[in-house]
Amino acid sequence: MLKDYRKKYFNDLESSVASLLIFCIYFFIIGYFFNWLIIEGVWVGDASVCKSSTGACVSFLKEKLVFILFGVYPREFLIRPILGIIILILGWLHFTKKKNWNNLLFFKFLALMFIYILLLRGFNDSFVPTSKWGGLPLTLLLSIVGIALSYPVGIFLALARTSNQLIPRYLSIIYIELIRGVPLISILFMSSVLIPLFLPDGVTINKLFRAQIAIILFSAAYFAEVIRGGLNSIPKGQWEGAKSIGLNYFQIIRLIVLPQALVKVIPPTVNTIIGMFKDTSLVIIIALFDLMGTTKASMTDSKWLGFSVEAYFLCALIYFIICSKMGKFSKKVEQELQRGH
Amino acid sequence: MIKINNLNKWYGDFHVLKDINLEIKTGEKVVVCGPSGSGKSTLIRCINNLEQYQEGEVFVDSVEVQDMQTNIEKLRMDVGMVFQHFNLFPHLNILENLTIGPIKSKGLSEDEAKKRALNFLEKVKILSEANKYPDQLSGGQKQRVAIARTLCMAPKIILFDEPTSALDPEMVKEVLDVMMDLAKEGMAMICVTHEMGFAKNVADRIIFMDEGRIVEDASPNDFFENSTHSRVREFLSQIL
Repeated sequence: MLKDYRKKYFNDLESSVASLLIFCIYFFIIGYFFNWLIIEGVWVGDASVCKSSTGACVSFLKEKLVFILFGVYPREFLIRPILGIIILILGWLHFTKKKNWNNLLFFKFLALMFIYILLLRGFNDSFVPTSKWGGLPLTLLLSIVGIALSYPVGIFLALARTSNQLIPRYLSIIYIELIRGVPLISILFMSSVLIPLFLPDGVTINKLFRAQIAIILFSAAYFAEVIRGGLNSIPKGQWEGAKSIGLNYFQIIRLIVLPQALVKVIPPTVNTIIGMFKDTSLVIIIALFDLMGTTKASMTDSKWLGFSVEAYFLCALIYFIICSKMGKFSKKVEQELQRGH
Repeated sequence: MIKINNLNKWYGDFHVLKDINLEIKTGEKVVVCGPSGSGKSTLIRCINNLEQYQEGEVFVDSVEVQDMQTNIEKLRMDVGMVFQHFNLFPHLNILENLTIGPIKSKGLSEDEAKKRALNFLEKVKILSEANKYPDQLSGGQKQRVAIARTLCMAPKIILFDEPTSALDPEMVKEVLDVMMDLAKEGMAMICVTHEMGFAKNVADRIIFMDEGRIVEDASPNDFFENSTHSRVREFLSQIL
């Protein structure tokens, strides 16, 4: 064991020097971080104690944790978003198991999201308007619903773009190029500023709903291009083999082409999903307080000024954990679904 | 069974098929040969509409292939095809490769399709591989699976498009044996191939194509012994 390591890292002079250098850098970074968070960190005490220390102000995070995670969601109903996140985690654990990948999965997912939204919303006396939703539950809602709806739209756009029917093809190309040509921020802005101008007086569309639609329309274009790559990678022979046994266009797409194409593009698909998950933080510019929004807002408390590093650190940590879970899962899906080649 | 009248086809400016006239009767076994680029594959691919033609008519059981009214999926169920590169579905196992057509296009029940598939897998001597995936099989095995896949559709005729050209030499025989068994049982086939031994043994007729035309249409005996065409004799001297 030890011998293996010695051979791997200290086999000759060059590798010894390189290894030592890299170990030193790791050691320095970890040591610095440990010092900042644990040794010098202020775990008990108020802002004035934090100010006099060079370490992390953990007290600030303790004070603001609920706000960062849940925004201005009414405190008396806080159990509901907490429950919501717990059922999402349980759902994740359930859906990522291979034995559960069957036709029921889709309906289970719909039920899960329905319960989640119902938990956040409540009814009658316990109703909480969407303007009070915030933090992690909002980020998760925007991302999960966004992914679940924009992925099928992306498949549809990709099929249209690769079909030999002129009109669907050009409509799809125009849509994709238009959406990809503008930043998400501008689409969010349009959805929140321009659309209400065109609506008749008295008619309003929920702001969260508008943002959600904008996110779906935006990421559908990106999914479409990823999926198109997969469609193009399916050899012509697959089409011909499928045609020769009497399958029609829709059967070929559904049974032969898509199952292979979607599996082939899992890595770029997950790339898009992760990008999109982080992009939901842009809803802050239309005054929706997702995780990033609440993080920023937490820094404006006049009693606790100057602890932005801590706040951003917590926020980044949450984003990182979720993204790395998705990355790990994608690797598993790839291994399970890819055969031979 | 199949009737082709004045068929002409172009790829852009390139005239691939020139004035093809051909009639194939029910149960007939026809071998199509000729130098590469002579339009053999293109011709048989016109029969099940994998290629479109610009002039002429192709009838399968007196249904015109390119007629707007024609239900092309239904027509393809009667005209099986075996490809040079097998074209099996790599994401499905062997059994699923065989049952997907009967279940989805013919509407057979899953049990019935499975029974039929196992029967044909046994016939092509590959039953033990039923639960493997195509990429786990050798070329010869894949081609036999492809033949079984076509048989599962219970076609009236099978088009073979150079079925042994992509195989290693030692695997050619196992595929040809299966094809010969089929021929003996009376299965109609049109086979594009360079395997002259197979042609001699099995064919009722041999069609020789060159530069998009049918040059010779003769019985095997006449074709190999008495052909008067210099192109045919040249081809035979190169290949035998």
